[in-house]
Amino acid sequence: MESIISIQGLAKTYAGGFQALKGVDLEIRKGEIFALLGPNGAGKTTLIGIVCGLVRMTGGRVIADGHDIQKDYRAARMKIGLVPQEISTDAFEKVWDTVKFSRGLFGRAPNDAHLEKVLKDLSLWDKRGEKIMALSGGMKRRVMIAKALSHEPSILFLDEPTAGVDVELRRDMWDMVRGLREQGVTIILTTHYIEEAEEMADRIGVISNGELILVEDKDVLMRKLGKKQLTLQLQEPLTAIPAGLEAYPLELAAEGAELVYTFDAQAETTGIAELMKRLAERGVDFKDLHTQESSLEDIFVSLVRARA
Amino acid sequence: MNLHAVRAIYLFEMHRWVRTIVQSVAAPVITTSLYFIVFGAAIGSRMPEINGVSYGAFIVPGLLMLSILTESISNGSFGIYMPKFAGTIYEVLSAPISAGEVVLGYVGAAASKSFVLGLVILATARIFVPYEINHPFVMLAFLVLTSVTFSLFGFLTGIWADGWEKLSIIPTLVITPLTFLGGSFYSIDMLPGVWKTIALFNPVVYLVSGFRWSFYGVSDVSVGVSLAATLGFLAVCLAAVTWIFRTGWRLKT
Repeated sequence: MESIISIQGLAKTYAGGFQALKGVDLEIRKGEIFALLGPNGAGKTTLIGIVCGLVRMTGGRVIADGHDIQKDYRAARMKIGLVPQEISTDAFEKVWDTVKFSRGLFGRAPNDAHLEKVLKDLSLWDKRGEKIMALSGGMKRRVMIAKALSHEPSILFLDEPTAGVDVELRRDMWDMVRGLREQGVTIILTTHYIEEAEEMADRIGVISNGELILVEDKDVLMRKLGKKQLTLQLQEPLTAIPAGLEAYPLELAAEGAELVYTFDAQAETTGIAELMKRLAERGVDFKDLHTQESSLEDIFVSLVRARA
Repeated sequence: MNLHAVRAIYLFEMHRWVRTIVQSVAAPVITTSLYFIVFGAAIGSRMPEINGVSYGAFIVPGLLMLSILTESISNGSFGIYMPKFAGTIYEVLSAPISAGEVVLGYVGAAASKSFVLGLVILATARIFVPYEINHPFVMLAFLVLTSVTFSLFGFLTGIWADGWEKLSIIPTLVITPLTFLGGSFYSIDMLPGVWKTIALFNPVVYLVSGFRWSFYGVSDVSVGVSLAATLGFLAVCLAAVTWIFRTGWRLKT
């Protein structure tokens, strides 16, 4: 698939010697929603900062929509919209004035019709004449999104878009992001809510300690995540899988005292009933059983911990 | 060139100026008027002429310069300090805009404000003190040059400042003393021996002297030297701002 952002060997070492990014390679596909997950301090914001021009890279190369972000920064930046994590607005400005300013700043000729559409999409149209300081926190965040969309970017960065946002607004935000994707905007969002990544993303990247440790289609990840395990604690330990059960994905654990059956939780039939019947036929008795489901959270935590 | 961006920054700044007109225009005009009333009309009438110019008229260029310097620095520094303080600087840093365009927008607006303010003060002074302008074009040139140079200098202090205190240090602790000691209220010829030589190290002397020449044709130092000194300071500020944007000092990590 065509990539819209190409990041090669991206490195950043801050003045104090802290290595925030250690040679990250990443391709963002055109039109996708990409979720970048990682614990605090993993390098998410640094990565976004570099692509958007807030942070200077110490190594590597970034191409945004065909333009090198350093050599051809004007063309690259015109394609990019950024909604940073912190809410920072010109408190004394009116909503309409501030989005008009943003559009001009990004080199676009005035287009009131577009700004009207952006404000209406974000339910800000009624507030256009109000000073930003008079708006609620959620509304201020929408103003920042409106500013980022004012110049019709083809790539939108959302850094922790729902941090500290109530449930209702979070749902609205997700709907809005999906709406943008339908209009052809590529969206890269960072989050540490795994639920958000599951809900929204086409693909997921996990970053930890400045390294990208996993990039996967969400569906593929969900399939891995969809795996469930049934563990039977046997009365008598086994030395081998009983004959006639080779077709089942069975494993012996705890020196033969446990039999582990891995199955797809999302499949129509789990095969558990059939397995139980066959085990009974072969006189395999068990004293206890439990099932266990690995969540994206587990995968995430184990990935991050393994690297730490 | 991203003219839309320059225009956006310029209009944003001018809009802020209009919104705070009492603080940004009325305050300096009233303050300067008080000087004209006290030193020009009241005390001035009992003072002897200096170089053939009545005292009230003599102080007009110096006082005007004092306002221009203070306001230019304050406007120039506030324009860039405020986004840094509020965090909205992210937008400017991520915009498709060159350093030169950023400076043009912010410093252009700050200088415009100072220039307009200068004209307003000049018109107000006329109410209290009669004065003449022998070289109006030179006067305007000095007004523009000073507004631009010190707005740029203010812009630099705004980038340098990382707190409100630092923001006010330069105008109150450096510029105001230098202007008071720079011959705004007297001719440096009136200073005793060694102080006259020391005064020549004060850059504001050259500004005030050149500006006064455009009014009355009399000056402490030659007008050419004044012009050269001002242009020299402009060049230093331009070099500093170029370095800042090249290295990202205090703007980017």
